[in-house]
Formats: sequence, structure tokens, C-alpha cells
Amino acid sequence: MFHPSHFAAVLLFSLFASTVFGITMRDTPQRMFRYGAYCFILFIGSAIVLSWVMLLIAR
Amino acid sequence: MSTTPNKPVAGKKSDEGFVYLPLIAGWLFPGAGHFLQGKWIRGMLLAVSIVAMFVLGLAMQGLLYTSVQDILSMLGVAGDLGTGLLYLLSRMFGLGAQPIQTTVADYGTKFIVVAGLLNIIAAVDAHNLRTGRKS
Repeated sequence: MFHPSHFAAVLLFSLFASTVFGITMRDTPQRMFRYGAYCFILFIGSAIVLSWVMLLIAR
Repeated sequence: MSTTPNKPVAGKKSDEGFVYLPLIAGWLFPGAGHFLQGKWIRGMLLAVSIVAMFVLGLAMQGLLYTSVQDILSMLGVAGDLGTGLLYLLSRMFGLGAQPIQTTVADYGTKFIVVAGLLNIIAAVDAHNLRTGRKS
């Protein structure tokens, strides 16, 4: 069985979802790559920000 | 960073043959709709991403939704069905049947549902390629 850490799960989820978003939402390979990278950064960034917000709320 | 959406391409492909074949093939197996149109790299990336997400979801002991007892289960079944044959084969072999007991298993359940939803997006993209709305 596979038991990743929570952050590893976020990384995997973001990688796969961003790949599909990039390919399906844009026309050219360069724009696909850029949009995929953009989505990946947004996924990871929002997860980190929300994690800190939840930590501060819990205190 | 440019995030402008795709511009619609004027219908340059003819409507010869069965237009919905890439849509159905893409739903049944991730990436198949793109393979049918010679988009090998796109299809391979989609297939690897969606199949990996589904398999990792099962490996995390995620749950495959099978019954529609409430609205959330119904939505879960709809999402899972998006993976097409992967869902049917997994059901056939009894995978993903154990109840969720850990946090990681809950993540796995979400991985499986999202893999199905992403596959639907990919199948619609294959259909758009077939009809010429996307190049």
C-alpha cells in the first residue's frame, strides 16, 4: 500500500491535475506547459497558504 | 504569465465518420481519444496522469463508490464513472471496496473521483479536436 505524507499527496495531485489542465485548456505545446506550470504553482501555493490560515485559526 | 484562453478555431475538420468516437474512446480509456487522432504525446501524458492518479488512489486504499445511498455517494459514483473501463474493471476485481479508515484513504478516494472528472475533461478535449474547435 501507498502512504504518502500530506504534502506529497498535494504534490502528486497538483502534478497530475495541472498536466491535464495544461493539455486540455491551451492549444500550443508552449502555452500548455506555461498554463500547466501556472496551475501547479497555484495549487501548491494555495495549499500552503490555506494550511497556515488553518493553523492560525486553530490557535 | 499568459493565461489567455483558447481562441475558437473555425471548423476546419469535416464531420465525416462517427464524430463521437474520440469522446467515447477517451471516456473508456484515458488518452484513447487523442491517440485516435494521432496526438500521441498529448494522449500519453493524459493517460499517464489519469491512470496514475486512479492507481495511486486505489493504492492509498481509497474507496470506489458503488451505491447511491445519498447525494454525496451519487456524486461520487458519477465522478468514479468518469474513468470508464478502469472503474468497471476495478469493480469487477473487487478493488477499492474497503471502508475508509485513515486520512490517506480519504485522500485516495478523492484521487479516484478527480481522476474520473479529469478524464471527462480529456474526453471532451478529444471531441473538440475531432470537430475542429481546437487544434
